[in-house]
Amino acid sequence: MAENKDYKVIGTRPIRHDGVDKVTGRAIYGADFQITGLLHGRVLRSPHAHARILSIDTSRAEALDGVKGIVTADDLPTAEDKMADLGEGAVSLKYLCDNILASDKALYRGHAIAAVAATSPHIAEEACQLIDVEYEVLTPVMEVRQAMESDAPLLHENLKTSSLGETSEESSNVASHIQHKKGDIEKGFAEADIVIEREFVTGTVHQGYIEPHNATAHYNQDGHLTVWCSTQGAFTVREQLAEILQYPISKIKVVPLEIGGGFGGKINVYVKPVAALLAKQTGKPVKVLMNRADVFEGTGPTPASFITVKMGATKDGKITAAQTSMAFEAGAYPGSPVGAGAMCIFAPYNIDNVLIDGYDVVVNKPKSAPYRAPGATNAAFGSETVVDELAEKLNIDPLELRVMNGAKEGDHRADGPVYPRIGFIETLEAAKEHPHYSSENGKKHHGRGIASGFWFNIGLESSVTINVNPDGTINLVEGSTDIGGTRASIAMQAAEVLGIPAESVNPSVVDTNSVGYTAVTGGSRTTFATGYAAYEAAQDVKRQMIERAAKLWDVDEENVQFADGEFSSINGKEEQISFRDLSGKLSETGGPVVGRATVDPPGAGGAFATHVVDVAVDVETGKVEILRYTATQDAGKAIHPSYVEGQIQGGVVQGIGWALNEEYIYNEEGTMTNASFLDYRMPTCLDLPMIDAVIVEVPNPGHPYGVRGVGEVPIVPPPAAIANAIYDAIGIRMEELPMSPDRLLKALGKI
Amino acid sequence: MPVVGIPALMRNLTDGEDSVTVSGNTIREVIENLDKRYPGTKEKLCEGDRLRPGIAIYVNGILIRANLREQIDADAELHFLPAISGGVSSG
Amino acid sequence: MSKKSHVQTTINGESVEFLCEPRQSLLEVLRDELHLTGAKEGCNNGNCGACSVILDGRLVNACLVLGVEIEGKSVETIEGLADPDKLHPIQDAFLENAALQCGICTPGFIMSAKSLLDNNPNPTEHEVRYWLAGNLCRCTGYDKIVRAVLDAAEATQ
Repeated sequence: MAENKDYKVIGTRPIRHDGVDKVTGRAIYGADFQITGLLHGRVLRSPHAHARILSIDTSRAEALDGVKGIVTADDLPTAEDKMADLGEGAVSLKYLCDNILASDKALYRGHAIAAVAATSPHIAEEACQLIDVEYEVLTPVMEVRQAMESDAPLLHENLKTSSLGETSEESSNVASHIQHKKGDIEKGFAEADIVIEREFVTGTVHQGYIEPHNATAHYNQDGHLTVWCSTQGAFTVREQLAEILQYPISKIKVVPLEIGGGFGGKINVYVKPVAALLAKQTGKPVKVLMNRADVFEGTGPTPASFITVKMGATKDGKITAAQTSMAFEAGAYPGSPVGAGAMCIFAPYNIDNVLIDGYDVVVNKPKSAPYRAPGATNAAFGSETVVDELAEKLNIDPLELRVMNGAKEGDHRADGPVYPRIGFIETLEAAKEHPHYSSENGKKHHGRGIASGFWFNIGLESSVTINVNPDGTINLVEGSTDIGGTRASIAMQAAEVLGIPAESVNPSVVDTNSVGYTAVTGGSRTTFATGYAAYEAAQDVKRQMIERAAKLWDVDEENVQFADGEFSSINGKEEQISFRDLSGKLSETGGPVVGRATVDPPGAGGAFATHVVDVAVDVETGKVEILRYTATQDAGKAIHPSYVEGQIQGGVVQGIGWALNEEYIYNEEGTMTNASFLDYRMPTCLDLPMIDAVIVEVPNPGHPYGVRGVGEVPIVPPPAAIANAIYDAIGIRMEELPMSPDRLLKALGKI
Repeated sequence: MPVVGIPALMRNLTDGEDSVTVSGNTIREVIENLDKRYPGTKEKLCEGDRLRPGIAIYVNGILIRANLREQIDADAELHFLPAISGGVSSG
Repeated sequence: MSKKSHVQTTINGESVEFLCEPRQSLLEVLRDELHLTGAKEGCNNGNCGACSVILDGRLVNACLVLGVEIEGKSVETIEGLADPDKLHPIQDAFLENAALQCGICTPGFIMSAKSLLDNNPNPTEHEVRYWLAGNLCRCTGYDKIVRAVLDAAEATQ
């Protein structure tokens, strides 16, 4: 499809529809929600990383004035050992429930043990301290290689290693093994003139959204449960609540309020079922808020990993073989994004011989949650550093080496699938042509690095309804929570179809009772898939409006055409009416017009990015300063370029934080010692230069306007690009993230 | 005839073949015919009459979220991969 | 629980009275007692700046001030910035520059920017970055925020 033409609305930069509410403080986020009779809930968390729970005594807490309810895992319906169907794949229900409130074992410091509802948050906090829990402290397993040892303490006595339908005999902390194989890896290395093999370690990092998790729940006397919360997907919250609470999905309504960042971390539920249990017990609405330490210690980080990468190339620069073994920390329950990492690691290149092994390994850390292109950043840190080293050893420009081996339409990824039209080479060309790449960069201890990245993007279900107003505006109803301006990017696609300005669309994100099923805002899918639904719903409106014009003029529908917001009759009669004027004549031509569409589009279209970064290394302190940053990315078609740039800039800066500062620092007991924003140091604006976002447009054949998801891939290249720049600056290959001052000083031999 | 990419961990059942041409108008028929030639492959991919949870199907490079009844072209290229919901994974 | 104190103060130019426990922060008072939820809680320990408000002309984190401390003082919050029919130039600049994504940090950034421009109407890029370093944004990478503040400075010259 992907028409290539001049658009009226697409590609412009209107003010976002929810903008005024958000700059005036009027937008209602999860924690802002108020309802009469509200109680406040707080969660007691495990002080141990690994412990058996022997007993929980809540009597002292119950006696505290103002305490109205206390729940533990005993209040959850008994979790049979069955698989919960969450639409997106099956998950063990016991694991799902145990992560909400620990039943037999606490598997990480911060694991929820019990929760209190009280008349004020302070009383609820005090009451938590009065709950007596007896633990048998066990040895924590805090690192993926340690967890894979055959004599490592087991987190789950019954966990076996699964690999494509086969299950190991022995219990293990390795939950699964995946493998992709293409060609003949031995032959590939034999053909190589140069082979490089390196080991990489990446730290545990957090999504770092500014808004903590929150939920307010209420059971009506008729059994209807309503949950107001911030989430990336109201429908997935509904599904998880139905499974965890074993409650009919038809009796659950989830109302998504504004969401203060997610990046993948607000898909899994944490306090939402807890709020529901407390609401049920007390008969009152209960609001449960996390504090920042709860967020760090109790919610999804993205995994630490240990990755080996071996690549070989001929003298003239053809990469002949690539091999990797990737072990990812899943946290306390299986489900790390190692599969995605395995899919992405060599995806930018067309390599004949590839062997990829991936391991999903449980450790005593919070259950990992998706974080922007989950798994791909860890992977690219390894592969893109080795590609850089190949270029250096072969004396070939690193962009040139990537162009020589870059994947194109018709090439096969190592895991099998063939590429449709993709824009990797175009991002490389854009980087090469950018003035940044040809600028001077010769100062002492200054360096320049390049890296590329891939993310596959997804489609999934979205639903949109459009109601036509009598003044020619439309009300657009959708189910995708808006984290970064998607009301605008979705509304603009409907506006383009109907030939009306973006401002004539009133987009609303509504609850699960008020729109068709819509999957999460995640996987870089929202502008692609919900935008696709908006396009189709607008087409439905257009068809109906053509019927109305035909009726008005007493002509056949085939004789009505629509262009640039005007309906006109062809074939004899010279009639013309604008979308706006026809909207005022709906009553007289048959009543209201409502357009609708549901989609599950398959052709999400992969996204590629190439980044160029200049750094200065202070060899006295080990500090790395980002001097200049340019990110090129294939967006397919940028609907609202400002928000595409914003996704690129935001992803880059998260990647910079991951590269240079961010990590969970654990002590020997498995306690995170930096669970605050002061100590878990995310980048501030003083740490950064402007980020030059260069949008490349290679239209995605799977979308009517050529859209590709843009949100995730920009986080993939930064750690590798920065590592390569540090090498250029000081001649040392950094192989561990973050590349913090202490690690730099160690590498420099200064400490 | 459709071409099926054989997952690496299943190639012990296909004499090491990484790609097999199998007849079939639907995904189900392709799997049935694959199993006739290489017994045991269906059990790896399916649980009863459904695709095993955790396995995704790509047809011509595109992730298809469909059931086994899905019609496929005569020259389709199929791949069975670990299901990855990426940014949307809940577990 | 200790007895509640009576506090008389000025918020956004209006005289306001409220009761609060001595342990309640200004942020709790604004959000829970006065229903001014524009100031957000991101960390509750002064690290993120999402609750930035201006207290007697000084930029503060409302989570680090006690409610009882604002007796007789004057507080400016995001709710008081716009005229009924017109946004403040900083708010306009944030919208024009697409300087927000999720928006949770936006009220805090706007109040910090106002405090900066009140003190230094013509800041350099570095001065903007220095002043706003107490406000965390995880979505934007700060590029468009810094541009918005520079634009707002120009617009108010």
